[in-house]
Amino acid sequence: MTCLSPPAQRIWWNEPVERVELIWIGIVVVWGLVLTLMMPLWHVYGEQNLSTETYRTNPAQYQTKAQAMVDQFTVRTEGARQFPVVAPPVGSDVYLVARLWDWWPILELKEGQSYRLHLTSMDWNHGFSLQPVNINIQVLPGYEHVFTVTPNKSGEYSIVCNEFCGIGHHNMVGKIHVVK
Amino acid sequence: MSDNNFRTCPDTGLLLHKPALRLIQANAVAAVVFLLVGGFMGLGVGLTRWPEVHLLGAQDFYTALTGHGINVLIFWIIFFEVAVLYFASSAVLRCRLAAPKIGWLAFALMIIGAVMNNYAVWALNSAVMMTSYAPMPAHWSFYLGLILFAVGALIGCFLFLGTLVIAKKEKTYEGSLPLVTFGALTACIIAVFTIASGALILLPTFFWQLGLISNIDAGVYRLIWWAFGHSSQQINVATHITIWYLVASIMFGAKPLSEKVSRFAFLLYIAVLQIASAHHLLVDPGVSAEWKMFNTSYAMYLAVMASMVHGVTVPGAMEAAQRARGFNNGLFEWLRKAPWGNPTFSSIIMSIFGFGFLGGITGVMMGTEQLNLLIHNTVYVPGHFHATVVLGTTMTFMGLTYWLVPILFRRELILMPLCKIQPYIFALGMTGVSMFMMGAGTMGVSRRHWDVSFTDATYPYEYASSALSMMSLNGLSVVVAVVGGAMFCLLIVGALLFGKKLGEDEKSSGFMIADPVTDEQYHALHASTNNAIPGTFSLAMIFLTTFALYYFINWKYLAETWGLS
Repeated sequence: MTCLSPPAQRIWWNEPVERVELIWIGIVVVWGLVLTLMMPLWHVYGEQNLSTETYRTNPAQYQTKAQAMVDQFTVRTEGARQFPVVAPPVGSDVYLVARLWDWWPILELKEGQSYRLHLTSMDWNHGFSLQPVNINIQVLPGYEHVFTVTPNKSGEYSIVCNEFCGIGHHNMVGKIHVVK
Repeated sequence: MSDNNFRTCPDTGLLLHKPALRLIQANAVAAVVFLLVGGFMGLGVGLTRWPEVHLLGAQDFYTALTGHGINVLIFWIIFFEVAVLYFASSAVLRCRLAAPKIGWLAFALMIIGAVMNNYAVWALNSAVMMTSYAPMPAHWSFYLGLILFAVGALIGCFLFLGTLVIAKKEKTYEGSLPLVTFGALTACIIAVFTIASGALILLPTFFWQLGLISNIDAGVYRLIWWAFGHSSQQINVATHITIWYLVASIMFGAKPLSEKVSRFAFLLYIAVLQIASAHHLLVDPGVSAEWKMFNTSYAMYLAVMASMVHGVTVPGAMEAAQRARGFNNGLFEWLRKAPWGNPTFSSIIMSIFGFGFLGGITGVMMGTEQLNLLIHNTVYVPGHFHATVVLGTTMTFMGLTYWLVPILFRRELILMPLCKIQPYIFALGMTGVSMFMMGAGTMGVSRRHWDVSFTDATYPYEYASSALSMMSLNGLSVVVAVVGGAMFCLLIVGALLFGKKLGEDEKSSGFMIADPVTDEQYHALHASTNNAIPGTFSLAMIFLTTFALYYFINWKYLAETWGLS
């Protein structure tokens, strides 16, 4: 009798079970419940729970909103391509554009303050990878994802695109400044 | 069964259906060829991501990465799985294969599809990665190639099912299916679901590229694509665990600890694993937190439970058999006295450890709603699946191939000393690949990225230097792994061409199959102890402790990052 031959009983469900297997299954069930419960518990007690608030959008509509924010709150420009640096009011809606192959504009946020960050793509899939804190979020065209961010430390942060988006993918890096 | 369409294997006593054998040979050889092709592309990928080497240009890198993923993750693995399905039905059940001619049609479709897809990737500007996320377009032949390949594989699945019907009807076995065939059946059922999901998304995408459909929604594409993409990994898991049981029997004459528990764990895979692909969408917009939590866990991580059960019952079956045969001292004599020089055994045992400790633990971490934020789309992800799919599935298939060569091809293996060390070289390299990518991913390094130093970016970013060192060590490990992989391909192809020919009734000179452990031997073991597998159980406890530590450390990392709500 091996794994290559039929079990002794005609109906395999009637085969006996080893005691040690049952003990292990008991342990695994308990561990599985711990793994499952950690997720809702973190929603109650943890501070990193990504909102799933999402709206349908299109590039023209979203660009209008982002442009309005840039026109109103730009404080300076930065870098060889003179991207606007936008310092939006605390608690306001902040529109970040992901497109081939930029994150636009550059944001300047205040440490310890919250903002409603909007995220969408103008073309293909992109990946919002905030470094060095390592927060990673998928960005889809047609979907406007809104969530609240609360930077907990001042400094310079980069947004690396970590979803493949064509030949310029590796140059798609944006910036967020967090100031005191 | 005096039919001259059959021959009896002198090494194993298996009754082999000749038309089935030829199909198994063809599918297995095609598998190894695509492994060689895909592995070679993997070398290009690894050497480019090695910061100091940075071998390929950007376009070639993305092309090689696309081809690497598709050739090894789809073509090598599925060709081999079709061979396993034919073997687990016709050879294990001593039955003729249903409709071998249609099997050749399936094989032809798979070859045409695989070649067409490779051509699209390399010549028709379709470096869109294996996932080909719409609306990024590939040439229509990219999708058509995958569709033809999938249709071929689906036909293979139905031949397997047809063979089970014939075996039942012609009474080639009594009672329930053997465990190995049962496991293959679960893999086949998951495969049918998987291919249906693939059709559901690849057909519309193909029509979109022909201009018949105006628009593919990016979110819906990801949702359905992953019902295909992740489920295909469940085919792999069900298949390689089936082979683990098979190898426990051929190496040690083992029977399962209990038929009921092992089979129930296989059934759990069908019930839950193939739809748990939701964990790919944990940081996507458009799906609710409740949806994410429920669909990754099914209220209690039933799929993880199934794998944790197999993780104990497979080595447990080996341990019980070894102890019943007299290797009963201490916790680990059964394992120490195992045939470590046999490439089939060494591949499988390292596969079990690599899949569990490296692949399993990290998979659960990644599949947790909030923790996924820490690693989504970083090189942690390929680090994880090089543990599951390469250390787990590929190494298991390699191990089985060593055993199959004399049976299928009537040839001896060549250069045995090299066969003996090949699994260790490959495992060493691939463990490095997996761990160093996971290390770099933990520090944020992006996957699918040509330039880790951001030389041409307007606003460049510099990863931590330790992250870059990890990528260098990964490159070094890639070289070791490719040496191991190339050795495998050459040793197998070499055996088929130059191995000593064996007559139809001539026994192979190597070890082929152990005598089954007798019921009396098992009874004697059980009479002497109430726990027949103390060694496996203590390993399981070490596993659980590692798992828990690693899991909670990641929650601690998460707590330190920006607040999100």
